[in-house]
Amino acid sequence: MTDPILLRARGLKNSRSLSTYQRLGGYSALEKALSTTPAEVIDEVKASGIRGRGGAGFPAGVKWGFVPRDTVKPKYMICNADESEPGTFKDRELILVDPHMVLEGIAIASYAIGANTAYIYIRGEFVDEAQILAKAIAEARRKKFLGEDILCSGYDLDVHIHRGAGAYICGEETALIESIEGKRGLPRLKPPFPAVVGVFGCPTVVNNVETLACVPHILEHGGAWFAGIGTERSTGPKLFCVSGHVERPGVYEAPMGITFREIIENLCGGMRGGRKLKAFIPGGSSAPVLPADLIDTAADFESVAQAGSMLGSGGLIVMDETVDMVWALENLLVFYAHESCGQCTPCREGSDWAVDIVRRIRSGYGRPGDIETLHRIARFASQGMTICPLGDAFCGPISSFLDHFGHEFEEAISKASSMPAKTLPILPVRSDRELFGR
Amino acid sequence: MTMTSPLVVASANEVRDVTFDRAMEAQIRGILKRYPDPGAALLPVLWLCQDRWGWISPGMMEAVGQRLDLAPAFVEGVVSFYTMYQRRPPGKYLLQVCTTLSCQLCDTSALVDHLKQKLNIDFGETSADGLFTLIDVQCLGACGEAPVIQINSDYHTDLTIQKLDVLLDQLAGQ
Repeated sequence: MTDPILLRARGLKNSRSLSTYQRLGGYSALEKALSTTPAEVIDEVKASGIRGRGGAGFPAGVKWGFVPRDTVKPKYMICNADESEPGTFKDRELILVDPHMVLEGIAIASYAIGANTAYIYIRGEFVDEAQILAKAIAEARRKKFLGEDILCSGYDLDVHIHRGAGAYICGEETALIESIEGKRGLPRLKPPFPAVVGVFGCPTVVNNVETLACVPHILEHGGAWFAGIGTERSTGPKLFCVSGHVERPGVYEAPMGITFREIIENLCGGMRGGRKLKAFIPGGSSAPVLPADLIDTAADFESVAQAGSMLGSGGLIVMDETVDMVWALENLLVFYAHESCGQCTPCREGSDWAVDIVRRIRSGYGRPGDIETLHRIARFASQGMTICPLGDAFCGPISSFLDHFGHEFEEAISKASSMPAKTLPILPVRSDRELFGR
Repeated sequence: MTMTSPLVVASANEVRDVTFDRAMEAQIRGILKRYPDPGAALLPVLWLCQDRWGWISPGMMEAVGQRLDLAPAFVEGVVSFYTMYQRRPPGKYLLQVCTTLSCQLCDTSALVDHLKQKLNIDFGETSADGLFTLIDVQCLGACGEAPVIQINSDYHTDLTIQKLDVLLDQLAGQ
């Protein structure tokens, strides 16, 4: 394994402090960036080939390039730290280990797009993490890495923290923008894209924490260096968050293109209790599930797509042979039914109906047409039928669970009359059901 | 790790009508400076209220709306959209149990059963002594340390029934 880049400070004493960060070469990339033009910074990031680490995998340099240069409107940079995709916990780790790396990335990105204000949108549950960032911002301001006239370059940047309040959908960039504006987090139709009309009606770039943490390294060592790590079209190091049935779950850094077998068997010490792998979700819960025999798939955007799923956020959920796949799908659908913002009918209704059907199959009351109905829901709520990708996010699991583990659903339905119900835990769909129950 | 401190929870009577004192007013002015539009201060100002009074009452929504020039119905719409704003007074300790897949794979349901029995409450309810409110939440973003329960603002990770018992007893004795 190569030395870690993003997690290089993990395990160091006072890894979060500015002095440690500077000792490891921190903020020299910002100084370098400020001595060049914003266009040169964007070119370097384009050359690195870095693709967004939040889930969509859109090339970050290209995104920055969409911001109009000739506008009189102010521009905004937003760091997306809403990390809510089930199975994903890398941004939290980055903030806990090395908040200044994220801040330096924000400062460079803001300079590149010409923004004088940046917001860090952090999920409301991350109270400690928000305080860590606030402390780091104050430290960086004192040393003139942020604030007015950064490093005597004449460039000003204010960074503010904006806490969310519990809504998965606010990780979607346009919902996040609505949430910063003080509204319900309902995604907007695109176009116009945020790069043209974003927060407060102004050009805005939204980048994930991990994407921004890569930026200082790209500036320091060059885009070509970054592009030399990983595979041809999925460049750079990547954080993989592994959870579920492995011996050592956690956040691991590895170059793109490492196989899932290497992640599970080498990095995580294999399956918990020596059990057999049954299935894994490679990129956060919205990524279609893959069966055990695809474990040799490489973890890069192209290979995972070819295997029928997506690399997404790099959140790897590992399930062993004891897992009832009907139960697992029900759990995921409960999440999406809870988190659907409710503005598009296919998603709002489809997610709730899908929970009902899968729950009834699991409880021993399945009916012969249920699988076909689930397929119909998956067709009805995906692929452009909704404003944002949350529709696709819950349809991917439905289709993939049925494709790879359909026999478990069929078996449950065929045994429906003789099977005792409620052998597995039941959790309510909504904890605010007193509101809906009235 | 440091002990989770209890929430300060105002009774419904105390927050029927709300005014902002000088300290809060100063904080609100500080928040407003971060945004070009005053409406954007809504989420942070609601957080300010919840930190101060433990929950968001109708009176607070009214006062916040007036301060930020927003209709009370709009404020209520926002409050009800985000799950972390509590619309009724919780107990001193808000037990937020993550029930999403990675935690469930690591046996969160055993913790849930134990909690419900021990506290004699269901999700959404508060224990008779007013100490604990139990709610189920979606993924807390700490799946590598499953199972996870957030108590007030603190994460408690890699939990077992034994660890949870020790923790609850400490909190109850505090």
